[in-house]
Parts: sequence; C-alpha cells; structure tokens
Amino acid sequence: MLSRRSILQSTAAIGAVAAFSGARAQAQRTQVTFWYGLGQPLGGILEQVVAGFNASQNQYQVNPVFRGQYPETMVAAIAAFRAGNAPHIVQMFEVGTATMMAARGAVMPVHQLATDTGVAIDPAAYLPGVRGYYSAPDGKLMSMPFNSSTSILYYNKETFRKAGLNPDQPPKTWREVREAAQKIKSANAAPIPYATAWPTWVHYENFSAIHNVPLATKVNGMAGMDAELRINSPLHVRHLQMLMDMQKDGTFKYGGRDNAGEAVFVSGEAAIITTSSGYRARALRETPGAPASVGFGYLPYHDDAVQAPLNSIIGGASLWVMTAPNRTKEEYKAVAEFFRHVSRPEIDSKWSQDTGYVPITLAGAERLKESKFWQENPGTDIPTLQLTRGTATDNSLGLRLGNMPQIRVIIQEEMERAFQGQQTAEQASNAMVTRGNQVLREFERANRS
Amino acid sequence: MRKRVIFNDKALPYLLLLPQVAITLIFFFWPAAQAVYFSTQIQDAFGLRSQFVWFENFGAILSDPNYLSSIRVTVVFSVSVTVLAIAPALLLSVMADKQIRGATTYKTLLIWPYAVAPAIAAVLWLFIFHPSVGLLGRFLVAIGVPWDYALNDAQALLLVVLASAWKQISYNFLFFLAGLQSIPRSVLEAAAIDGASQTRRFWTIVFPLLSPTTFFLLVVNLVYAFFDTFGTIHALTRGGPGTSTTTLIYRVYVDGRDNLNLGTSSAQSVVLMLFVIALTMIQFRYIERRVHY
Repeated sequence: MLSRRSILQSTAAIGAVAAFSGARAQAQRTQVTFWYGLGQPLGGILEQVVAGFNASQNQYQVNPVFRGQYPETMVAAIAAFRAGNAPHIVQMFEVGTATMMAARGAVMPVHQLATDTGVAIDPAAYLPGVRGYYSAPDGKLMSMPFNSSTSILYYNKETFRKAGLNPDQPPKTWREVREAAQKIKSANAAPIPYATAWPTWVHYENFSAIHNVPLATKVNGMAGMDAELRINSPLHVRHLQMLMDMQKDGTFKYGGRDNAGEAVFVSGEAAIITTSSGYRARALRETPGAPASVGFGYLPYHDDAVQAPLNSIIGGASLWVMTAPNRTKEEYKAVAEFFRHVSRPEIDSKWSQDTGYVPITLAGAERLKESKFWQENPGTDIPTLQLTRGTATDNSLGLRLGNMPQIRVIIQEEMERAFQGQQTAEQASNAMVTRGNQVLREFERANRS
Repeated sequence: MRKRVIFNDKALPYLLLLPQVAITLIFFFWPAAQAVYFSTQIQDAFGLRSQFVWFENFGAILSDPNYLSSIRVTVVFSVSVTVLAIAPALLLSVMADKQIRGATTYKTLLIWPYAVAPAIAAVLWLFIFHPSVGLLGRFLVAIGVPWDYALNDAQALLLVVLASAWKQISYNFLFFLAGLQSIPRSVLEAAAIDGASQTRRFWTIVFPLLSPTTFFLLVVNLVYAFFDTFGTIHALTRGGPGTSTTTLIYRVYVDGRDNLNLGTSSAQSVVLMLFVIALTMIQFRYIERRVHY
C-alpha cells in the first residue's frame, strides 16, 4: 500500500520533472520582456494577445509584465534603462511620444528594427491618423501603434427621454449640447447635465484638431522641438468661457483631472459626457439600464467656427523597442515578429471588438466593417469614422510636445482656477501658454544634442 | 568610576562600526550627494545628455511663483497639521490616563489609526468626504452646502489637513500618555490637597512637566507634515485644485517622477535638506538646554 508520504513524494517528483522540461522548452525560446500599463480588464485581454503569439510559434516567448499605470510604466522603463536592463518592449502613452523620440540611443525606431531584422513592417498598413502620430517628420515609423482610442460623446437615453429630448439624437454641436443641458436642468432629469473626462485631451488637443486650429506652432510640435503653444486663440478662450458659463449656471460640472470625471456618467448622475472611446466597455457594464440607456455620438463642435469638423486625434499608447547593452539580434527578431503578429488584421479587429479601442490597421477596420460588428453594435463605428473623416491638416495630424504630461497638468490647474472664479478665461489661457512654453523650453534645452 | 570596555585590537571597534557606517553612507550620504550633484545639472529623462549649469536650477525654482506659493501652502499645511495633531492627542491622553473602566480598550483603539497606511487612510477619507460617493460629502451636498473639494481650494486644503492630522494623533497620544505616566503622583496629590482644581493642576503642573514631550512632538510633527504626508495628498487631491494643496515635498515628487525633471527636482530636495538640517540643529540645541531641569 502506498503511504501518503510516498504519494506526496512522487507527485513532487513529477512536478519537478514537468517544471524542468518546461524550463528547458522555455530556455530554447528567445525570451523577450514586455512591460505594459493597462489595468484590468484591458490588461487581461492584452495578456491573451501575447499568449496567442506565444502559442502561434515555438521560437520566441514574450513575457508580459504589468508595471502600473502608464506614468509608472514610463518611469520604471526609464529607471531600468539607466540601470542598463531596460525591457525589450514598453507600452508608452501617446503623450510620452516626444520624450521617447528624443531619447535616441535608448530606443530603437521601429523602421530600423524592420530593416535590421528583415521582418517587413509596412507603415502604409496603418490608419493615417495613427501612423502620423508615431512617425518621425520624414514619415518613418518610430514606435509600434497599438492601443489607440479617440474621444467621443456618450449620453444617457433615459435622461434624454425624461427631459423631453429625442433619445436617438445625440447633440452634434456645442450649441445643441448647451440647449440639451439647459432642458435637462430645467426638467431636473439629472443632477449633472454635462460632464467631461480628460479635460485637456477633449477640450484642447481634440478640440483644436477638429476645429482646424493649431494647438502649437511647428505642426503641433511634430516639425521641431521649438514649438510654442497657441491655446490662447480667440476660439480656445471662447470655448473655455463657455465651459465656465456652463459651470456657473449648473449645466456642467468639472469632475477632476484626467479620467476622474468618468465616475459620474456610469453612476447615472451625468446625462452627457465626453471621454475616451475606450470607456465604452465600462459604460455598457456599469450604467444603470445599460446597454439600452447608453447612446454614442461624435465629439461636439462649434458650428459657427467650422463648417465640417475635421478628424479627431488619437490617444492611447504605442509599443517602443528599448535598447540595452548585450541585447542580441535574435531578441530584436522576436520583438519584430511580435509586432507583426499584433498588426495582423484578425488580431487587430478582435482587439478592437474586445476593448473599444479603434482598429489600427486599414485591413482590421475593413474586417470589422465586413463582419457586421459595427452594424450590430451601434456606436462602435463612431471612433474610427471620426478619426478618418475629412482631409487631415497640419492641425489635425497629432501632436508631439515635450513633457506633454506636465503641460496637461498645467492646463488642468489653470482650468480649475478659472472654474473657481479666480481668473478670467483669457487670463487662464494666457497662463497656460506662458507656463506651458516654459516647460517646452526646458525640454528643448535638456534634449538638445 | 565608570566601567569602560577596552579593545586591545585597534581594528575591532572600527570593524564593529562598519555595518552601520556603510548603511549610512550608502542609503543616506550617497543619495544626498547625488541630489546635490543633480541639482547642478540639466538632464534629459534618460540621462543621455547632461549639462552643468551651476545654480541655475535653484534660480529657476526660486523665481517660479508656483514654487513660492507651494512654500506658503506648506507653512499653512504644516502648522495646521501640527496643531490639529497635538491638541486632540493631549486631550485624549489626559482622558485615557484617568481611572476609567476599559481604559486599555480605549488606548488600543486610539493607537490603531497609526497602523493604517497613508494611502489607505486617504481612501477612507475619500469615502467619507467625496461629494458624490462619500457618506458625509453626499450629506453636505444634500443639505445645500456647496461641498466640492475638487474645485474649492480651501475645502481641499481642509480635507488634506484633517486626514494628515488624524493619522498622527495616535502617535502623539502614545508619547503624551507615556509622559503623563512619568509625572510623579505625589506632586499631583499634594496640589490636590492644597485645593488646586483639576484645570489648575493641569496647567501649572502637568503641562509644564510635559513640555519636553510637547516640544519633541512639535518637531516630529512638523517633520511629518513636511515629508510624510505625500501619500495622503497624492491619494486625495493630487495637489489640486490648481496648486492649492501642492506642498514642497509633493512638488519634488511631481517634478522628479511625473515631469522627469531631475535637475529642478533635486534642487528642491536640496532646499528641503537645508531646511531639515536647520530644524534638527534647533531641536538639538533646545533639547540640550532643556533636558536637565
């Protein structure tokens, strides 16, 4: 009779053998480390994409590691580079692009990776708005486009009905947003008629793009580090004034920096919100009465400032290849193969379906159209259509400003002061430009070669 | 005569000191020296390019109106936190020192908050005071108080002060309790027999005898408010609205970690370091003088 102990011993032995052979199988594969900055549930979906790559071949193994939110991931990657052991791939938010691009020697541009490893990565496969954001001025791809979103409008159909508004007609212009908000307020249909998340991304970066006004000189910084902010233009001041007026008359409520404002829509308090298309999954899961109660619309515009709004710009993140001493050619090859994998139309379109991010390749977008996913899921096509409408100008290609996260904080600080009545819209806008330009000059100075 | 330990070997004492000295050098002096070095540099985030700029970083922060305003915020914040952490602690410890039923339970409960991590304490306060999810916050809004610390400088500052002070009360309570217990009973009893009221006994006997403890706590609490409240501020307000809750230490973090600007961040650290050195010197001189009485 087997004693309990010997059973335990033999299971342990089997486990050890299995672990050993597993380790050997892993050792034969080229190992690549991938740091990412997406929380759940997106992080889990990302890990599935990586697992799919690992299972699709037996030469390379990508090991995904969650390193906290985007800013933490960025800081961790920089610290690791300084210590000489940067990860092979790091996911970096779009506003970190200028910092990464300036770090020649720390990153390997994707076009160079493609040339060095012989793995074809064709920039023409990606949506122009996505490609432009991550390309050098000469059109060469610097980082691998990955999760991209844009900002859109969400509205609560229940509240619209209660306020006597047409629940199938989202407000298209700011005039209509104000009218709807006014009605919602007087009908007492919701405590917060209009709210916003990502105050700078929505009301400055995307606002400038769709209205075809510059955010900064030098093609919003894409043509050179000596760019200067232009966000104190009459249109920008007027828009901030409108938000301040709405805040005052109770039709708008500032909900905090970055994505802090998102909470009030899913709680049912806010009737309209402008935020990321990546918010879709959460809105459909948490809003009372969802999915029937959640409606989608394009980002509003001022119809007296522009006849037809231009394309909006992306947010989200891209994948950067980092260098380190004694990194082998085989490791770079593994990275390139992984990049080719995530750009495959079927992977790309599935990623978009699962997460609410936009498809980044033209073929992926085509696939979604053909699969009827867009028709069956109303609103899912808006981000892609909004990103690709019209002909992009210098004002709507994207932006590349050094230390952009810091500039975003400055803009938000000045907005907060304005909303409290401590300064006028014009004073706030001028303060944003003065302080922001100072940051840009510091960046330019620190990164001058 | 005092008993003295004599080492025959000259090397042994140094060897025994070595671990402590090594730790101090590696974890205190080396980073401090690095901060001083970086404060004279302008460097990109990755450390690929560096320029030596003398004291330009110091000039930059001292001429920045937002830095000067964060000094103001820090002073208001630290003084408020210190007062609000010491006064209630003193009151509570005097109460807990009395002969009451279940004194040990009270003491344990009062010491408890000290074990809560700053970030968790902040989340706790968030759940109480957030205007749309907090218990008390919702109540305030419901009764018509325009409570919204995301967009009101004074309310935001009040909130971080309260949360930070609350965390520190336990620590102060513990020291005051120990201080109270070392006050000789005979003195208090003598005063009681002489007919001194309880209030009078407190102000003429207990409070003066507690003064070394109070002074020690004053310094410790100021240092706490200066340096250890980062977690609370980060979790509650992130320095906003505007820059109304951005204290000096929070700005060091934001400039160094979020803005990846090591030069100005290090310059700010050096300024803070000088401040701590000054504070420590004052403390030593004062305590040296007051320790025997």
